[in-house]
Amino acid sequence: MAVLQPTDMAGLAEAIASARDSLEIVGHGSKRRLGRPVQAAATLSTAGLTGISLYEPAELVLGAGAGTPLAEIEAALAAQGQQLAFEPPDYGALLGATGPQTLGGVIACNLSGPRRIQAGAARDHLLGFRAVSGRGEIFKSGGRVVKNVTGYDLSKLMAGSYGTLAVLAEATVKVLPRPETACTVMVHGVDAVAAIEVMRSALASPHDVSGAAWLPGRIGNFGSDAFVALRLEGTEPSVAFRAAALRESLKATNVASGEASTTLWKFVRDAAAFAGDHDRIVWRMSVPPAAAAAVAGLPDAEYFLDWSGGLVWLAVPATQAAESAKLLRHLTARHGGHATLVRAPDDVRASLDVFEPLPPALATLSQRVKHSFDPRGILNPGRMYREF
Amino acid sequence: MKMPEPDAATIARRGEIAADLRGILPAGSVIADEPRRRVYESDGLTAYRQPPLVVALPGNTAEVSAVLRYCHREGIKIVPRGAGTSLSGGALPLADGITLGLGKLNRILDIDYANRCVVAQAGVTNLAITKAVEGEGFYYAPDPSSQIACTIGGNVAENSGGVHCLKYGLTTNNVLGVEVVLMDGEVVRLGGKHFDAGGYDLLGVLTGSEGLLGVVTEVTVRILPRPTQVKAMMIGFPSSEQAGDCVAAVIAAGIIPAGMEMMDRPAIHAAEAFVHAGYPLDVEALLIVELDGPEVEIDDLVTRIDRIAATCGAATCQISRTDAERLAFWAGRKAAFPAVGRISPDYYCMDGTIPRGRLPEVLHRMKDLSAKYDLKVANVFHAGDGNLHPLILYDANKPGELHRAESFGNDILLACVEVGGVLTGEHGVGVEKRDLMPAMFTDTDLDHQMRLKCAFDPGQLLNPGKVFPQLRRCAELGRMHIHGGAMPFPDLPRF
Repeated sequence: MAVLQPTDMAGLAEAIASARDSLEIVGHGSKRRLGRPVQAAATLSTAGLTGISLYEPAELVLGAGAGTPLAEIEAALAAQGQQLAFEPPDYGALLGATGPQTLGGVIACNLSGPRRIQAGAARDHLLGFRAVSGRGEIFKSGGRVVKNVTGYDLSKLMAGSYGTLAVLAEATVKVLPRPETACTVMVHGVDAVAAIEVMRSALASPHDVSGAAWLPGRIGNFGSDAFVALRLEGTEPSVAFRAAALRESLKATNVASGEASTTLWKFVRDAAAFAGDHDRIVWRMSVPPAAAAAVAGLPDAEYFLDWSGGLVWLAVPATQAAESAKLLRHLTARHGGHATLVRAPDDVRASLDVFEPLPPALATLSQRVKHSFDPRGILNPGRMYREF
Repeated sequence: MKMPEPDAATIARRGEIAADLRGILPAGSVIADEPRRRVYESDGLTAYRQPPLVVALPGNTAEVSAVLRYCHREGIKIVPRGAGTSLSGGALPLADGITLGLGKLNRILDIDYANRCVVAQAGVTNLAITKAVEGEGFYYAPDPSSQIACTIGGNVAENSGGVHCLKYGLTTNNVLGVEVVLMDGEVVRLGGKHFDAGGYDLLGVLTGSEGLLGVVTEVTVRILPRPTQVKAMMIGFPSSEQAGDCVAAVIAAGIIPAGMEMMDRPAIHAAEAFVHAGYPLDVEALLIVELDGPEVEIDDLVTRIDRIAATCGAATCQISRTDAERLAFWAGRKAAFPAVGRISPDYYCMDGTIPRGRLPEVLHRMKDLSAKYDLKVANVFHAGDGNLHPLILYDANKPGELHRAESFGNDILLACVEVGGVLTGEHGVGVEKRDLMPAMFTDTDLDHQMRLKCAFDPGQLLNPGKVFPQLRRCAELGRMHIHGGAMPFPDLPRF
């Protein structure tokens, strides 16, 4: 299959304008298995659109080519004591994918980690972009400043559109200082229902929790007891004070710091609990936090909670793919939220709705939005929904 | 300001349209007589006035939907309006359009502490949300200066900011879901009490769309626990360059304060004369830095910022000892607009954003422009996020002054764009900055935005004449450019 890999914006525009048939859009392919499989005549890679073009630490802004490896960006930020606060996850091991992920890929899939509850998602950190729409035309939106309401906020639309509206060429993101220190307050021996109450209470406190997860026992190397983990970040005196306060009010059992704390949150962020076991398919559900226990109690499911219960990760036997889809969508219809089939074999992702099906009025509107950017329907056809 | 040519035939149908609306809405919900229509003739941008064709005041979502469906069928334009506090003319009526007032949708529907959110109808004021949850120790973070009056629906339409968005984000970062009525009357829900609405982020693009894509009838916002402590520092500098350096140095040190505001000499003097906040009068720039969190954290940061300020040449530095003192520091800043209103018959408030580091350069340009146009200017500045509010002083009764003030304002905004900034940080494009859009966007950029408008509202009936400098028909915008002489793959199905 032909692979087009332009090295500049004009080349990208030419590749799309002159396409005779549909295109699958990739960076290095680390997230190719996320979403529905795309049947396209050719592959268009952004891997050649690389390089940090703007980084001004005092202005809290960074701009780079969409194909720039995320690792390169994170290293540049770390050198200045800064970070991407939305904590982009790495699903490489979960999806069984190789190849570095790119800035454009993380934004196109709107992926964010445990700090979502405090700092927002990828969509909240995209300040502006340049892209080529399905019309083969270069356009931009937003800018390099945080406060900006000039025109429609197309950055939000690009984030999470999986390359179906336009192909990102350059992205400008908000960056933030890396916290001076972090620690994790742990409450052991709580089941999911009790955990939701512990996390609710922690998030109702003024202690600025930047991660709230529940892990059942026996996954990872965190012992046999189920536990709640609550992350605190900031200056040394502040973290020490807040950890002591939370420990007291929640009757916490342990406080982890340094490497132990970092490892735990990386484990949660990357859904590492479910990497490797390919006999199971993996669902990721965004729900109202208080509903987490109700939606997670599926027979034969292993699960853990992030986002204070607002994010439910479930692994169910691959043989139960269709039943789990039916059950989970029944639960999201009842409690609110949406379920995404993050990992499953290609044929399963082709036959099931990977993303939560849209109500008819929203499906029509979304289809019109798609058509306005990509009237020929050539960019990643079928990646999000069968119909467009 | 040129608005689209009003349709004489629609204006001639005023009586009939009012009668139709009376058939749709309960008694007392339609205003058609001239004196009462005039009440709605402008919003917070009072330089522009136009009484609407008719005013409709629906009381619930079904009534909003019925009015929109009627307008859609009859081809009548419609302008949504919350409290009418827009500073960019976002709710400026049209002579041939219905103004849709949402003030009756004023109930808080659900306070959900377990999910840390509040569901409110669109006409609930911003401050009422905080008032409803403060007893339990929560608040709603975005706090535009007009928060006592402005509505949450209007906040969503304009993506409103406030003095705390450096740390807590704008409206778009704090809204979880909306119920919205589309132009054809269809009611849809975007998002809910969970994060990240599935599918295309239509909630994200609706936020800040200035009432051009749909009418928001209900909003779900997240609420945050109140910080344990809040303190403010008030730091005076002999020059705005030094104040700007201090802001950059604080951020470079890894500190993100809850708020960081700057005022220049004319603004300091006007505010002090008005509220007697105890501002130093012999400095060129005043910085207010607010810190929140546990006391140990605040005390640590105050020490660090004090040291940074001294290095940057601070002339004065005060730290609030009580909450009353903190509020006094803020009183002058929060009253800056009316304070300037006292020293000048009229003022024109601008709203550009610049990369922080370019502040001294932009202030110098403003000084030159002030001389050129022979009009004074006072500056308040959300220094943390680079959002400038120059207040141009003029007298509308002096012939030519309004026009000069507008030209001065335009030049300031063009300077903002030139240094890498944008035309509007939080007030919106509206009618005010509409014709400057080409300074920031190419025709191709604007076409992509206008096609999105067409996806939502193909008849362009919702708030037309705002945001985009020229109206183009959707059919024309939708045309594909022919590449290489032939329509690409003609056998592909097209919607």
